[in-house]
Amino acid sequence: MALLQQSCRSSSGILPVLGRVLQRSFAAAAADDKITIEVMPYKAHRIEPPSNVVETSIAELTSMYELMYTMRRMEIAADMMYKAKLIRGFCHLYDGQEAVMTGIEYAITRDDAVITSYRDHCQHLSRGGTVKEVMAELMGKVDGASKGLGGSMHMYNKQAEFYGGNGIVGAQIPLGTGLAFAKKYQGKRNIGITMYGDGAANQGQKYEALNMA
Amino acid sequence: MTVRDAINSALDEELARDPAVYILGEEVGEYQGAYKITRGLLQKYGADRVRDTPITERERQQRRQVQQQGRRQQWQQQRQQWHRRQRRQQWQRRQHQLEPHGFTGIAVGSAFAGLRPVCEFMTWNFAMQAIDQIINSAAKTLFMSAGKINCPIVFRGPNGAAAGVAAQHSQCFAAWYTHCPGLKVISPYDAEDARGLMKAAIRDDDPIIFLENEILYGQAFPVSPQVLDKDFVLPIGKAKVMRQGTHVTITAHSKMVGFSLAAAEKLAAEGIEAEVINLRSLRPLDRPAIAASVKKTHHLVNVEEGWPTCGIGSEICAVAMEDSFDQLDAPVGRVTGADVPTAYATELEKASFPSVDDIVKVVKQTLGKA
Repeated sequence: MALLQQSCRSSSGILPVLGRVLQRSFAAAAADDKITIEVMPYKAHRIEPPSNVVETSIAELTSMYELMYTMRRMEIAADMMYKAKLIRGFCHLYDGQEAVMTGIEYAITRDDAVITSYRDHCQHLSRGGTVKEVMAELMGKVDGASKGLGGSMHMYNKQAEFYGGNGIVGAQIPLGTGLAFAKKYQGKRNIGITMYGDGAANQGQKYEALNMA
Repeated sequence: MTVRDAINSALDEELARDPAVYILGEEVGEYQGAYKITRGLLQKYGADRVRDTPITERERQQRRQVQQQGRRQQWQQQRQQWHRRQRRQQWQRRQHQLEPHGFTGIAVGSAFAGLRPVCEFMTWNFAMQAIDQIINSAAKTLFMSAGKINCPIVFRGPNGAAAGVAAQHSQCFAAWYTHCPGLKVISPYDAEDARGLMKAAIRDDDPIIFLENEILYGQAFPVSPQVLDKDFVLPIGKAKVMRQGTHVTITAHSKMVGFSLAAAEKLAAEGIEAEVINLRSLRPLDRPAIAASVKKTHHLVNVEEGWPTCGIGSEICAVAMEDSFDQLDAPVGRVTGADVPTAYATELEKASFPSVDDIVKVVKQTLGKA
């Protein structure tokens, strides 16, 4: 372990890719210092790929990790509750995908719109919700994100521009296009993020929405 | 004022009043509207506020070609082709719907974000493809979000039978949408209804189903100066008594109000005074108005163009039973369309929908004078 740290502090040229990623001496940097990380290069199709060198800080990385870890623990707890029959109906979990929403969240602002499918517990969390709200909603309590009226699949936060939480596969794609359209119509420079899976990828309305976009 | 002009003027004024209002649908822009309801609006407000949703791939390709090459010849050729196509095509051939599911979802999403779309369907038959977005996204979200996210959208288009368009283009969807909580359903009859209710619908913060009637578009009705005021708004959920009567109450919506009034004239000649109620709103239904009328007349007949099973008439019967059971001297009568998909042949189509004589017959049956 000490050896690894030592070799990390030396210059880059002779280390393998993994070593290069670990090159920054995290232990030595202060919390708010800008650090630069080189990530895997992007594959691009008909666009200019973004730079694969990212600037971040220890504080930011730590808070990202905290968010992801909270998401993971929350989803695992929800899984256990579902198996204990404390949660009824559907319960779609996001453990394993936490990095996706975390990365998006740190790249956008609270004025950008986000919409997703029924797999929305972690999106609700990252958009300003609390774990208590999510768990209470899963159990149908009035303290829940939608006062128990929505359940697992229907959590929203209008102030943070989070539009759910949509149960019908693929329906969120034209809705998300509409959210982005509204930003354009209102002359704002914000964007809309629409998240969907491979089932929704086959929906006709996805292609209709992409066509119109 | 014709119903068409009533709706057009209402849209015009609401577009001017609120910049968040915009119109989208097939052929609403350049073609001036499949039924010319949006005539002149593209020219007045621009393509940002009156948006054509996609038509055919070929036309799109042609436009793209013209854009890319930008040569004057190409443009002239394009315009020539366009004019030729306009002359050649009749409105029936425009009734293919290509992307209603997509554009309805886009409209609903933009309403969530605060815009106020008016989403036109060429007819409500095509909205069946988009009905998931109307019900599951627009109607239910206010409830599922516990009041956080509302959807101030108006869905509009012609509903019910036209003339010779056969089974898949002639269905009445009044009962389908009236069934669903989270929606408000409006079915106007005359120009005053169309103007006042369209303006009310656009100003309303909930999703509204606005069921027009193609046959009524061209019909002219006298309107008072009050109706022409730019803030003339009718309350949603209130019916109108079109004609006072004492022997029987006839409730109807849309085109059937006209037929009921004509039937009332025929009945008056035989000494039967019918009270005709124009329901205007199907959801919420003006139950007190119906109850007050039945308290006076003790007989009720509902007239609708849609199919009988689980139709608007069924709801009127239930409402009458719940609110006015002791007031009724006879079972509620229903005049409905025939329980069959609409045929194409003229005589069969005519026989599939209520006529004035059908209404007279059922009223007399209800009164025991058949």
